[in-house]
Amino acid sequence: MSPTTSAPAIGVVSKKTGVRWIPVIGLEVHCQLKTETKLFCSCRYEFGASPNTLTCPVCTAQPGALPVLNREALALAVRVAGALGADVAARTKFDRKNYFYCDLPKGYQISQYDQPFCTGGGVTLASGKRVRLVRIHLEEDAGKAIHDRGDMTLVDLNRAGVPLIESVTHADMQTSDEAYEYLTALKEILQYVGASDCDMEKGSLRCDVNVSVHPEGEGWRTKVELKNLNSFKNVKDAIEHEIERQIEAYESGDKSKFPVQETRLYDATTQTTRTMRSKEDAHDYRYFPEPDLVPFHLDPAFVEKQRSMLPELPAARRARYQSQFGLSAYDAGVLTSSRALADFFETTVKLSGNPKESANWIANGVLANLSDPAITAKSVDELPFRAHDLAELIELVANQTIHNNVGRTVLRGMFESGKSPRQIVKEQGLEQVSDEGQLESWCREALVGKDKVIADVKAGKTKAVAALMGPVMKASKGSANPQKVQEILLRIIQTEL
Amino acid sequence: MSGFADYPKLDATSLADAIVSKRTSASAVVEAALARIAALDPRLSAFHTVLGDAARARARSLDEALAKGEPTGRLHGVPFALKSNMCVEGVETNCGSKILAGYRPPYTAPFVQRLLDEGAVLVGMTHMDEFAMGSSGENSAYAAARNPWDLARTPGGSSSGSCAAVAARFVPFSLGSDTGGSVRQPAALAGIVGFKPTYGRITRYGLVAFGSSLDQVSPFTRSSRDMELVMSVISGADEHDSTCLDLAPLEPERSDSVRGLRLGVPKEYFASGLDADVRREVEAAIGKLVELGATTVPIELPHTEYAIPTYYVVATAEASSNLARYDGIRYGPRKPGDGSLQGMIAATREAGFGPEVKRRILLGTYVLSSGYYDAWYVRALKVRRLIRNDFDRAFESVDLVVCPTSPTAAFKIGEKADDPVAMYLSDVMTVPTSLAGLPAVSVPCGFVSLEGKRLPVGLQIIGPSLADARVLRAARVFESATKHQAAIYSLEGAGA
Amino acid sequence: MTQSDLDIVKKTAKLARLELGEAEAAKFGEQFGRILHAFEKLAKLDVANVEPMTGATALSDVVRDDRSKPSLARERVLANAPKQDGEYYDVPKTVGGES
Ligand SMILES: [Mg+2]
Ligand SMILES: [Zn+2]
Repeated sequence: MSPTTSAPAIGVVSKKTGVRWIPVIGLEVHCQLKTETKLFCSCRYEFGASPNTLTCPVCTAQPGALPVLNREALALAVRVAGALGADVAARTKFDRKNYFYCDLPKGYQISQYDQPFCTGGGVTLASGKRVRLVRIHLEEDAGKAIHDRGDMTLVDLNRAGVPLIESVTHADMQTSDEAYEYLTALKEILQYVGASDCDMEKGSLRCDVNVSVHPEGEGWRTKVELKNLNSFKNVKDAIEHEIERQIEAYESGDKSKFPVQETRLYDATTQTTRTMRSKEDAHDYRYFPEPDLVPFHLDPAFVEKQRSMLPELPAARRARYQSQFGLSAYDAGVLTSSRALADFFETTVKLSGNPKESANWIANGVLANLSDPAITAKSVDELPFRAHDLAELIELVANQTIHNNVGRTVLRGMFESGKSPRQIVKEQGLEQVSDEGQLESWCREALVGKDKVIADVKAGKTKAVAALMGPVMKASKGSANPQKVQEILLRIIQTEL
Repeated sequence: MSGFADYPKLDATSLADAIVSKRTSASAVVEAALARIAALDPRLSAFHTVLGDAARARARSLDEALAKGEPTGRLHGVPFALKSNMCVEGVETNCGSKILAGYRPPYTAPFVQRLLDEGAVLVGMTHMDEFAMGSSGENSAYAAARNPWDLARTPGGSSSGSCAAVAARFVPFSLGSDTGGSVRQPAALAGIVGFKPTYGRITRYGLVAFGSSLDQVSPFTRSSRDMELVMSVISGADEHDSTCLDLAPLEPERSDSVRGLRLGVPKEYFASGLDADVRREVEAAIGKLVELGATTVPIELPHTEYAIPTYYVVATAEASSNLARYDGIRYGPRKPGDGSLQGMIAATREAGFGPEVKRRILLGTYVLSSGYYDAWYVRALKVRRLIRNDFDRAFESVDLVVCPTSPTAAFKIGEKADDPVAMYLSDVMTVPTSLAGLPAVSVPCGFVSLEGKRLPVGLQIIGPSLADARVLRAARVFESATKHQAAIYSLEGAGA
Repeated sequence: MTQSDLDIVKKTAKLARLELGEAEAAKFGEQFGRILHAFEKLAKLDVANVEPMTGATALSDVVRDDRSKPSLARERVLANAPKQDGEYYDVPKTVGGES
């Protein structure tokens, strides 16, 4: 369990006692799989759909209804296993996990107990540290219980039966940052594979955390489970709070305050946790093999086929962008932050033949516009233009048809109208003007009353001419070729004035 | 008003033939069925719901279709009944339980739809032991159906109403469900044919679950040829049930002989506990089969004595989970309890389930709970395998196994009600086959006399996996060589 | 009936969400003891090398295509609920997830 690198000292040193406390952190992450239908019935699922409109006899547990497994859910799950370097089991089966709650229509969840479809695998962090997975299993989601409306709890079963993969890590993490990084990497991979949206706000990714602390050099102590974590930031904050709480509890010396094995709920507003249930009222889930389903064999050809459908994963792409395109680690990171963005970038490179400029235009121009509230498109998938158009814009700037700054205006126009860059340049007359006569007349206008600049230039400070560039560009609405403008200004000052 | 006069004498095959050849009409047949039910069911308690208007309307439209020369189904105009654990959209399916009082499913079971598609007419839903847990029908929250041969006695269970409805000639066929013998045992006790197919032969979609790995939809008929007909309609692949075999509907065998069939006679089924009169009738029936050209081979099924505990562990474990959905949220009456969610669930279940269901939920919950799972549940699954192996070994040297269906003739209502262990033992002859998932039929094979009443006895014929057609052929051959089937009791004169 | 039969029945009843009264629990406890006693012969069999039989068929790999079918109309699904508001199933207020 020791970290693979002899990294800087880990843990938290107590100000009170000077003891170095080592946190031990493990994560359980549930992700909704992006299938058309639910895991065991043919209902669609859509976040935010009107309550109880996406249900059928199976997912509402009508007496007599039976489950049949969705082939695509199994395929996607196996693809995820491939992306995480996990071992796919030759044989897998489903079990019933029995408990009573209003969002669980059958009174049991169909899950996997002792024969999950995959074991092992993991995620490598930037430090080189590997967070290992114990297992990943497939299971169905529960419905949604709404507690904050009126004097009843309201139950919506639309989500009941949506396929989930639950991944469980070893307790390999020691800081909240590592947990945060693991989650980010996991999310990225699942999104790349096309297996899940991993959108915590829409509940398509949910995370539970196990935390314990022990003094350096000693054995592990009691772990506490944290639930109700609604964002990656919550996860990070909750872990930090819990580490602090446990250290304080131990250092109080009062055994009655020592952490006990329990589940605690995180409250993001107060940034505290409170007991939800203790080990004494822990569940007896009475797992047993689901008699309504049959076993499944994941034969090597099927597993191989799923693996062959895997895209190049983000870490590999980042490395390649640096070596092949000479991009900075930062830019490579930005461009691979989603598969759609990376794919868009690579197409742009292919069409423009210009990796650096493609990177610039996407990392700065495109992303800046996407984050502008005035722009409708919010993500790469929603762009009103294609990579082909961006490549054209890059070409127009490179061959000096338009100036770089004008390029930004054109890009904005592309976001607003979806028109091609050429069309925008033409319609708005943005083509760079290099006509000497026209340029000269703009320059002469700009020189009127600028005696100080003229004197400076004449005295050899040619850089002072920069002060005149603005007015010229303004008069030309940005279309003047700035290099030529500078030449003309200098020539007039030095030879005529 | 009372419709087709010959109605009680005919089986489904003959009725469909009489209607299609226009010797009578679907309306006259349905009218006859409804009249007979109205006159006699108050004493039988077979039905909890009679769908008079719907059945009449459907018969009319079938008659119109026939008049227009439209193609007819194989069960055109034939009335039938369903056990109340089968889903028909909009028709109360209460499973004999208060917890499902008034429940009207939003969908129709495919096996029911197949009957309707062949022109059969649903006339009603029948009483049953609550959630099919029982062997006498007495565990119904509504009414315990009676045996037409002696109204003081049970028609067997748990498919008590569906059995009584066929035995009393209310309908020529009905559907029950057999988890540990719930169709074969009543068929034997009421003198009709009851068949549990190979597990997976008929979809379970729309059959309310009791023990998922054991439950099979199982028909009651008056004749073996009707059984072959009904099976050929309702069996076959179904995409809604993962455990339904990917097979074509059952095709009856053409042969009408048992010549050359090797019949295994398991000594364990003729041991103590078997009523002497029942034994005599069953042995005579086996003698008859030998007379018809079959041979007998003594066999051993050594794990038979473990079948009852194995069955009760497996079935109750599955049931404890299957019945968790009755929580007062999506269907059924709700009891508030202490006002909390969990309190409401507990109060609803406490008020909604009868004692036998609670007993089995407790037993099933116990054998699955932490600390007991391996000792009880896993061990039972292993013994289940041994029981199946017994049959597999036997079928290496025999074609069919013959034995009694029930160790006794029909017992009296109330006789075993307070002794769950004694009640469980009445399934001793049917449970092993259920555990093994094998096809087995009970066919009338004689009578015993008890307290001045003639009571039927059933012969059980068991086949290897998927040999359903062979089992039914043997039943048909036996039946046509004997007169037990024709022995109509007179309900009008029976009991009071 | 032993005290432990009674305790087992009470604990099991809680797990199964059955709210047994004292008399009922005592009756079940007594029957429970008898049933389990009658079943004890299972423990005497040697099953060391026996594979558990989890299903009654040899079927495996039964899956369906990921193609949606129309869901049920909400009124039809809610129609059987003892308490609903036209959109949701209504249940007693409960906080804090499963229990
Ligand atoms: Mg889970
Ligand atoms: Zn559904």
